[in-house]
Amino acid sequence: MKLSDLANPTRFLSLTGRLLPYLAAATAIVLLIGLYLSATAPDDYQQGATVKIMFIHVPNAWLSMFVWAVMSAAALGTLVWRHPLADVAAKAAAPIGASFTFLALVTGSLWGRPMWGTYWEWDARLTSVLILFLMYLGLMALWRAVEDPSRAARAAAVLTLVGALNLPIIKFSVDWWNTLHQPASVFRMGGSTLDRAFLIPLLVMAVGFTLLFVTLHLAAMRNEILRRRVRALQMMQARASASELGPASPASQPA
Amino acid sequence: MSFGPYASFIVTSYLAAALVVVLLIAWIALDYRSQKRRLRELEDSGVSRRSGRSATDIK
Repeated sequence: MKLSDLANPTRFLSLTGRLLPYLAAATAIVLLIGLYLSATAPDDYQQGATVKIMFIHVPNAWLSMFVWAVMSAAALGTLVWRHPLADVAAKAAAPIGASFTFLALVTGSLWGRPMWGTYWEWDARLTSVLILFLMYLGLMALWRAVEDPSRAARAAAVLTLVGALNLPIIKFSVDWWNTLHQPASVFRMGGSTLDRAFLIPLLVMAVGFTLLFVTLHLAAMRNEILRRRVRALQMMQARASASELGPASPASQPA
Repeated sequence: MSFGPYASFIVTSYLAAALVVVLLIAWIALDYRSQKRRLRELEDSGVSRRSGRSATDIK
């Protein structure tokens, strides 16, 4: 099978229908292993047991940006190649990305209170992630507000690509400005500064949450394809009803 | 397993994550059932796709 075959929604539905049970099982297994490793990880010498919040917070923070990057790639697919599944992919990813961003903010606050003495601080990292969350909500509102999917797709794609400018700001905010948030400690020049006792559970949880995203995203894309089929059939039904009324019908005459 | 004096923060973080994930899964599952039901209702009312294939046939 060629990759271009996936451009066909019917083939996509068929392939993902077979794939999803395996993905769901792999997600559950990896997350369970990750939760076990997180529960049995030692306490940090400074942070104590609150370091366990990191195993939830960091994967969600990574995914909040990763999902927007996926949506940006899909936006290019919509604007440049007009791939039939590109807008479906972007629209299906938005609520999932918003959920991960919400979790990153909530767990970050819950981690910040015992470590920084505050739930919230208007510093560069926290504020830029809050802006990302608001952009997710704005995009979701845009898709709902514009009834014609093709018009909504183009507007959402442009907004997504503009919003992608926020990703490097989030990533490098801890380097560019003085913030309460710690600088990068996993993906950095010179290697991770995290001890293996924390790094391994963190990476396993990150793989688990990424698998969760892929699984939920494919399932949500299937729903979106079905939603568009419903809309197409409803429009066919409306056209059939209008033609039955005939041209002489007062309802079909312009005002 | 003891989480020390900040147990409530740790437990709330994990519960929040579990709740959001469960809500996401439930929303996607319910949406799937809703779209399938709407497609079935439309096909039962006599509307069919131009290809002639059933819209609900999505193995």
